Formats: sequence, structure tokens, C-alpha cells
Amino acid sequence: MKFKVLKKPPVQGYKSFLTTLFSVIIALLISGAFLMLVDVNPISAYKDMLIESLGSFYGLTETLVKTTPLILCGLGVAVAFRMQLWNIGAEGQLYMGAFGASLVALHLNVESHFVMITLMFLSSIFFGGLWALIPGALKAIYNVNETIVTLLMNYIAILWVDFLVYGAWKDPKGFNFPLSAEFSSAARLSEYFDTRLHTGFFIALVCALIVYLLIEKTIWGYEIKVIGSNSKAAAYAGINIKKNIMLVMFISGALSAIAGFSELAGVQHRLQHAISPGYGYTAIIIAWLAKRSALGVVLVSFLMGVLFVGGDSMQIYYQLPVAMVSVFQGLILFSLIVAEFFKEHKIIMVKQQ
Amino acid sequence: MSSCILKIENITKSFAGFIANKNVNLEIFEGEIHTILGENGAGKSTLMNILTGLYRPDSGNIYINGTRVNIKSPKDALNYKIGMVHQHFMLVNNISVFENLLLSMKLDSFVINERKLKSKVKEILREFELDIDIEMPVWKLSIGQQQWVELIKLLIRDSKILILDEPTAVLTPQESEFLFTFLTKLKSQNKAIIFISHKMKEVMTLSDKVTILKKGETVKTLNRGEFDEQLLAELMISNKEHLKLEKSAKVFSKQILKIKNLNVKNDKGLSDLSDFSLELFEGEILGIAGITGNGQKALAEVLTGLKKPLSGQIIVNDQDITYSTSKSKYISGIAHIPEDRKTMGIAPDLSVDENLILKNYSSDKFTNFFFLNKEKIKQNAREQIEKYSIKMGYDGIPVRLLSGGNIQKVIIARELSENPLILVALYPTRGLDVGSAEYVHQVILDSREKGMSTILISEDLDELLKISDRIAVMFRGKNMGYLSPESATKTEIGLLMSGKK
Ligand SMILES: Nc1ncnc2c1ncn2[C@@H]1O[C@H](COP(=O)(O)OP(=O)(O)OP(=O)(O)O)[C@@H](O)[C@H]1O
Ligand SMILES: [Mg+2]
Repeated sequence: MKFKVLKKPPVQGYKSFLTTLFSVIIALLISGAFLMLVDVNPISAYKDMLIESLGSFYGLTETLVKTTPLILCGLGVAVAFRMQLWNIGAEGQLYMGAFGASLVALHLNVESHFVMITLMFLSSIFFGGLWALIPGALKAIYNVNETIVTLLMNYIAILWVDFLVYGAWKDPKGFNFPLSAEFSSAARLSEYFDTRLHTGFFIALVCALIVYLLIEKTIWGYEIKVIGSNSKAAAYAGINIKKNIMLVMFISGALSAIAGFSELAGVQHRLQHAISPGYGYTAIIIAWLAKRSALGVVLVSFLMGVLFVGGDSMQIYYQLPVAMVSVFQGLILFSLIVAEFFKEHKIIMVKQQ
Repeated sequence: MSSCILKIENITKSFAGFIANKNVNLEIFEGEIHTILGENGAGKSTLMNILTGLYRPDSGNIYINGTRVNIKSPKDALNYKIGMVHQHFMLVNNISVFENLLLSMKLDSFVINERKLKSKVKEILREFELDIDIEMPVWKLSIGQQQWVELIKLLIRDSKILILDEPTAVLTPQESEFLFTFLTKLKSQNKAIIFISHKMKEVMTLSDKVTILKKGETVKTLNRGEFDEQLLAELMISNKEHLKLEKSAKVFSKQILKIKNLNVKNDKGLSDLSDFSLELFEGEILGIAGITGNGQKALAEVLTGLKKPLSGQIIVNDQDITYSTSKSKYISGIAHIPEDRKTMGIAPDLSVDENLILKNYSSDKFTNFFFLNKEKIKQNAREQIEKYSIKMGYDGIPVRLLSGGNIQKVIIARELSENPLILVALYPTRGLDVGSAEYVHQVILDSREKGMSTILISEDLDELLKISDRIAVMFRGKNMGYLSPESATKTEIGLLMSGKK
């Protein structure tokens, strides 16, 4: 007996939805078993998760707060995927964006909220974009594999931020914690409805709209799609591939950098150790599940936001260890990926003669 | 009387509402070469893909030796001894021929006896007098040789029903001849061969039976003796009007393109063009005869700025364009129908509409400032689809799902739509049905009237003799000299093509 994986015509329509639903249910059952092991009733745990993340207005805004960086990083990764560029460095680009924003917030003395925010925004785009442009240029000029370079540069970016918050930028009044001084009020995004929902969320939505328009409606988007579909045809059509690789990597990095800006200016209000719980990595899965479409990224990010907030609430209400929550989130993500796999493949058993 | 090895009964297959095969019936007997004939998009490849388990039919039955079978996967097809060489076949390029054969065997079992297999391959090579080094990496082989590898795969697996989907589209006339002797030999071993081709001459000489497919439906099966070229064409073509090619007499005076002593090397470090010179006049159709692989592709690519020459000069309208890039004004006046339609001519995941503007997407016609004008693009597509009768299934379909001939039509329509100064066409009618091929010739002749100059690269001497004003012959990257189509004989051209002056 052996197993073999075969490609099949992709499942579409309601069947596709059922496949996803089915695999999510399986993931819920498996993690339910884990929950029972630690004496938690899975049904009530799941119910509380939903109530926490969607059941109240405040919960919903909390979910949107978590959704914001996911949308931005997801867009960044998706834009690069469009051109078959495997940028898995969104996490590092987020950190460099956060660095860029803090550089302005901590060192420029500007009174005007608008000027301050604009400068922070531009600075984060500048640093995050350049950060991604490095692997982009290496790819365009020397054909260096961007996957490895972007991945490794994540560590550099994260450690660079650590270096600052443990050293030069450490808040003297911070009891030796790895954090910078707090941003001035000019450097903070407005919050709405007495919740933590901030302007960053709306910036993310606008970015999604812009990315959608750029890719689907513009001449440039057409070039990107042609390169992504067949780079030889692109050369034949006279499209400048090298220039576009670098441009797309810059934009991709800039989008993730905006996530860093929005996290700091909107939520954390200072640079600190571990500003992201892995938004940039989750973004890879988001972009993939969203099939690289901008609207898809927004929707999938929202679902991930639910997962993040729900996970937090389990931690708080049931005193579950973080690892348990990670197992739960991992199972759900895994089941979504498996569902996508089974929409295009099937496994058959073959009898050996 | 030999027995019916394969019977197809009322097969229907649709894609997203578009019916590609409708109640198809077909009987294949042992020891016969059975040709399937039909226009581009008639559903020939679809039907064959059903037989090999790549597609599942919506309804209908398949019988093998009288028993009903259910072919669910390519593996099932292999078990029923059905094998196919695809229209666009795919070998793994950077591994050797033998490893490619191994890969195909892996389908069947875990353990493979390498020595035994090797001797089997060698035996096949000897039996059919094939000259292929099985240790060679596949990319070093010519397309013709790669096709042999595909065929050898079928023979190793002892296929009884061999399907060849337009095998000769990519072969030189000599290679085709060789293939035909080979097929005849297989026939005498009682194998059943299903053959697809748009070349009527081949169909006439080779087929024991011909089944005609039209818009997905079987029209008729005819036995040898019951058909001739005329009848077959009438049965398969849907619009009856027959084009009568007319070519006006012209005197050419103005030189539009001059190539002087061009040298080009390829990725393998060999000379593609060596001291190649050529002159082209305004409004002229210059045919270039030559066996594929003698520098034709490189010629097209240097002319369109895709490749840089080592030395030499290209002059268009008194402008030196030797080192211009493909976006420059003069080069963008040179249209190019490339040899590899799938690897270069199209962006496979994009729609037909989007592929029709690949060359001029940024022109004012299709844009408003930074934005594409979807309305105009759609309008353009409607016109071209109508003009070239491109059959594309449903609206918005990615171009890679079109039939081979229809992909070629998309490329031709696009390249000719911009009224280019010069057209460089490599094997433009390859894979087109007779009607469409005629139509493309007509369009080239019409453009000639409007002053377009054409470099028509082809292996089909009939095609060259029919529409060229002059014929040049290419051999090992050199121009062997010019001939006049009125006075030249095929033997004369053939000799030059093989390098004999
Ligand atoms: N996977 C698919 N999805 C959608 N449409 C398809 C698919 N495969 C084929 N078609 C459609 O079915 C029709 C028949 O295609 P097919 O490839 O069988 O034609 P054909 O007779 O082989 O033509 P040609 O001579 O040009 O190769 C075409 O219009 C094509 O667009
Ligand atoms: Mg076909």
C-alpha cells in the first residue's frame, strides 16, 4: 500500500467553502481535545472567544486593531507574490518601519500633530522600503534568491531595534525595561469611540484600495501581472523587468513598514522589544490564503484578527499558557492551508501488485 | 478483420458551461492509423485528454476491447495501455534523457531495475534506428529529438494505443518523414495510432481512416479511398467561403531593412548567426527557408531587440538600430510572431483581452493617464476575436486554456493589429487549421498592399512559394542566397537548405 498525491481540477463555489469549513471543524475538534486535557470545556471556550472578539462593540474594535497590521503586511507580501517575488521579510520590514517612525518621533521636536504624523509616516516608508529594496536590487542585478535574503534580513532588523531599545534609546525613566521613551501626544494617531481603534485601521483600508486600483486598473499593474505570469513574455513586450522588481520590492516593504508605523503611533506609543507577535509571518499565510487579491487580504486579515483576540481572551479567562493558544492558532491556520491543498489535489491509495 | 480496441460512445465534456465535446462517437481498431481532423478549437485535444485521464467526461462511455472502462487518471490510461504525446509536451529540462524516462517509470513502481531498463531503451533505439544519446540533458536535444523521448516513454510502457497530438507541427519535413516510417512500423505491429494534424498532405498519405470533428461533434468517419483533400476541408470548415489568394505584381525599390555581417552567439556558446547579411524592400514578403535551428530564432530576436549581436549592423530606414532596446521607436515598429508561442508569445494566466494588448498596452488607445481603459480593451478584443474567428470558450478565460491554434491566432492578431513597418513571422501558420492558415496568408498579403514588409520564416516550402516575393535560404547562421519563387524548384531550395550550393 502506498499513497500518492494527484492534482485535480480546482474545486469551486460552495464546495470550496464546504471544504474550508470542514477542515476548520476538524481543527476545532482536535484543539477541543487538547482543551479537555487541561480541563477546559471547549464549547464554552470557543463561545467566549467569539463573544470576546465579535460579541461586543469594544471586542470588535479590538479585533480591528489586531487586523490593522495584518492587512498592511498581508498587502505587502501579496503585492510581491503578484510578481512571483517571495518576500518573506515583512516582519523585518515592519520593524524597520517602526524604527523609521520612532526616529522622527523621538528626535524631532514638532508641535503640529499633522506634520509629525506625516513625517513619521514618510520616514517609516523610507526605511522599510529601502530595507526591502536591498534584496530587490540583489535579485534584479545579481539574480540572488530573494527568499533567503528577506528571511535573514528579518533577524537583522529585529536585533537592530533591540540594540536601540536596550542601548542608546532606552528610556532612562523606564526601570531598565527594553523600551524607548513615550512618544509625545503629537506623535500619536487619534483614537475613536473611546476604544483603542485608531487612524491606522483606516490607513490600512485606504492602502488596500490603492493596491487594488494599482494592480487591477493601472498600466503599471498590467506590467506586474504580465511579469508574474511569464517573464519571457514581459521581456518580449518590452517591459523593464529589473526596474519593476525593485519597485515592487520597495512598495512591498513600504506597506509592511506602514504596519510598523501604525502599531507604534496607534497602539504602543513607543519603540520596544518585540513590537510584533509575528504579524509579518502571519502575513505570508494571509497573502497566500487571499490568493494575492487586495480584498481577500482584508477579509482574511479580519479572520486572523478574530483568532488573535480570541486567543488572548482564552489566555486571560482560562489561564491557559501562551503555548496552548499558539497550538490552537497553529491548528486553525494549518487546517486552512490543508483545505486549500485539498481543493487542488487528492490523495489516493495505491495497492502494490 | 482486426478488432475494435477502443470505442468512444456519446462523450460530452464542458468547461464552465462551454461545450468542448458533444456526443462524440469513435471506434479505433488495431493496426490502423486513425486521424482526427477538425478546426482549431474543435475539441480534438480535449477528447484525447479524456482518453488519457487528464479530463473526466461529463457523460458517455469508453470501451476497451469491448469492456467498459473508467479512466480516472493518467495512470489508469497507462494501465489500459493508452499513451499520448501531447501538443505541448513537457520534459524535465535539466536532467538527462534516461532520468526523464526513469521519472515516467516511477509512476508504476518503487523499485526500478536500471540496467534492465537501459537495455530496453537501447533496444528500442536500435530497432527504430534512432540516434539519441540517453545520457544527454534534455535541453540539449532538438524539439524533434525531445518528441522521440516522449515516444520512447510510450514504447517502454508497451502502449497499445498511441495518441499523437500534432506531432509534426514542430518537426522538419525530414523528421516528419522519419516519424511516418516509424508509425507505419508500429502499425504493422498491430498497434492503434490516433493521429492529429492540420497538414492535409500528411493526413492524405498516412491515414487509414479519418474522423472529422466540428464544433465538438463527430461529423463523419471516412475510410482510405473515400476522402480527398477537398472533401475533408469541406467537411471540417464551418464557413464555406473559400479565399482566393491574390497577389498584385509589384516593383520594389526602397530598401527598408539592411542587415550587414551580423554575428550572434547563443547561451550554449555556439554561433547562431555568422556573418549574416540580408536586405528587405518596402512592401516585400521575403521568405526565409531553412531547417529549424539554423539561426532563424536568433534573427528574429536581434531584430526585435531581445538579443544583442556581437558584431555587425542592423539598419532600418537609414537608422542604425543594432543596439537599441525593444522599447525604442524603430524596434517597436517591428512586429514579431515568435517561435515558442507558450514560452514567449503570451502571458498565460491573463485573459485573451489582456493578451491582445501585450505589445501596445501603453498606447493612448487603451489608456487614460495611468489607468487602463477596460472598455476600449474589450472593444479591441471583440474586433480581433471576430476578425480571426478566435474560439475561446467562455469570456475572461485565461489564454493558456485556449486550444493550440487559437493561442497562435491571438498572437498573430495582436502582432498585425498595429500596422507594423516590418513583420518578422516565425512559422506563423504552425498549428493553424487550413482555413485559418489561408486567412493569415490573406492578412499578410493585405498588409503587403499597405506597404508592410514581411520576413516570413518557414519550413513549409509550399507556403513560402505561395506568398513570397523573394526567397532567401538560411543554413548554419548564414544567408545562402536569394531565389525567385517563380523560377526556383523545391529541389533547388532543398539543396541550399542542407548547405549545398
Ligand atoms: N481546461 C479547459 N478549460 C476551459 N476551456 C478549455 C479547456 N481545455 C480546452 N478548452 C476549450 O475547449 C475548446 C477545444 O479545445 P481543444 O484544445 O480540444 O481544441 P483542438 O481541437 O485541439 O484545437 P487545436 O487544433 O487548435 O489544437 C477550446 O475552445 C478551448 O478553449
Ligand atoms: Mg489541440
